[in-house]
Amino acid sequence: MGDVAIRVEGLVKRFGDLTALAGVDFEVPTGTVFGLLGPNGAGKTTAVRVLTTALRPDGGRAEVEGIDVATHPKEVRARIGLAGQFAAVDESLTGRENLILVGRLTHQPKKQQSVRAGELLERFGLEDAGDRLVRTYSGGMRRRLDLAAALVHRPRVLFLDEPTTGLDPRSRVDLWQMIGELVSEGTTLLLTTQYLEEADQLADYICLVDHGRVVAEGTATELKAQLSGVTLHFEFATRTAARRARAKLAAVGTVGPEDGEASVEVGVADSGPALLEAVRILDEASLKPVSVAAREPSLDDVFLSLTGQPLDSDEAPDSADAIRGAAR
Amino acid sequence: MREALSDAITMTWRNLKGMSRNPQVVLFSTFQPVIFVLTFRYVFGGSIRVPGIDYVNFLMPGVFVQSVAFGGMNTAAGLAVDMSTGMIERFRSLPMARSAVLAGRVLADLTRNLGVVLLMVGVGFLVGFRIEGSPIEFLLALGIIVAFAFGISFVFALIGLVASNAEAAQALGFPILALMVFASTAFVPLEGMPGWLQAYNKVQPVSVTVAAVRGLTLGSATTGQVLFALAWAVGLAAVFGPLAVRVYRRAK
Repeated sequence: MGDVAIRVEGLVKRFGDLTALAGVDFEVPTGTVFGLLGPNGAGKTTAVRVLTTALRPDGGRAEVEGIDVATHPKEVRARIGLAGQFAAVDESLTGRENLILVGRLTHQPKKQQSVRAGELLERFGLEDAGDRLVRTYSGGMRRRLDLAAALVHRPRVLFLDEPTTGLDPRSRVDLWQMIGELVSEGTTLLLTTQYLEEADQLADYICLVDHGRVVAEGTATELKAQLSGVTLHFEFATRTAARRARAKLAAVGTVGPEDGEASVEVGVADSGPALLEAVRILDEASLKPVSVAAREPSLDDVFLSLTGQPLDSDEAPDSADAIRGAAR
Repeated sequence: MREALSDAITMTWRNLKGMSRNPQVVLFSTFQPVIFVLTFRYVFGGSIRVPGIDYVNFLMPGVFVQSVAFGGMNTAAGLAVDMSTGMIERFRSLPMARSAVLAGRVLADLTRNLGVVLLMVGVGFLVGFRIEGSPIEFLLALGIIVAFAFGISFVFALIGLVASNAEAAQALGFPILALMVFASTAFVPLEGMPGWLQAYNKVQPVSVTVAAVRGLTLGSATTGQVLFALAWAVGLAAVFGPLAVRVYRRAK
């Protein structure tokens, strides 16, 4: 057993004049979760399609479990599972029939096909809906069935291309939990996403891609560490108090731009000493903040600093959530 | 090879199961051809004169071929749906025979077509259709219908693969059907048509197939008619089969 499940070297893919992958390299160790994070059009889906043998690369190499995807596509397909951006399930079949169909097409022993279907329906909370036509399923149920269909033949390497795009927050969290369970059983997972939170939650190692190139990689913590420092966030009762605090806190670190709210953000190198210093200054000036939080840089901040553009401008995380999620 | 066959059968099973749950397809395959028979037999039939032949015996072979040609729409729509919903993407990621998607579609539609034709034969007998040729000739006629269904399904498979969705597939397929079926000798005799249309109908696939099937059920078929019809079926499959496979392979 090799310890590298996926190896990509200098991968290039062009569509006419458009270069979707401009020389991408990465390795995914067996049994880990690898996140390809980037905006729409970054090349994430193209990379997945090359790795799952739907597209032939124009340059470079890609291997899954040591097997070249371009020269031995069929052997690769026997080892992988794919759940794409759209739930690829047959609406005119029941959930169970969909899973049996995949069981047949992956040449599972006949007896195993319905046993496995039942197992997966139960695992993904679809046992009650298993004998209903998929056209009656909700979006979240379809995604779960799609994920189940990708697992029928117990693939060693699983590809999930934006598994939660378009799902409501609750279904998303449900799906994250199910994905988390899978991974704990040793499946190697490559996940693409444009949601920072998703990569942060699920991936052991993250590659940030933009315009077909890897712009940064590392664990979520390492990537965030590339942006040195921590942001201290103070809420005040009034804007007047916030304005006075802003002037005083300039002594502690870089004060963020005024946003018309009764809050002040200060970028500091080191949260502990800076926070003590800030509290001392505020206390001397008799300024009492309503709340104080220390926010570590988000992956969004990392992406912004590397590419000069936000990861997903219309999906900017709600600031309250970001603080709650990242504050220690 | 064995795997290709078993995968094709699995896909056929999947497609037939899907069709049986699609009320539109079920109605299209049962109710609609019956309405066609009744309309032509009783509404138009009285006004169409075919010298020397009872109109119902003239009509039924035309209806058989027409229903099979219209069945092509189902092939086109089915593939277009699989392309647009991402099902094909899933099939491609599985370690299955690549040929199975197309083969399963064509085989399922062939099965459905055969069912429709047998239903039509039954309905035909009820409204007075009689076979004047031998039983062997009748079986040969059924064989020609199935062969034609096979050939034309690749034309519609190609349409389904290039269309972006089911509606587009139907929009693309309809003019072809209109040209081949309505402007044919399926329902009316050649003799009443203007010269240029007669020339067209002496060679176009629907009319050629209808002529052979009609000849066989009337007991008046020539070897030439039968061979011409089979040549069309084989020709359509030989040209459009590889084309459809090519487009399927390249489709993204």
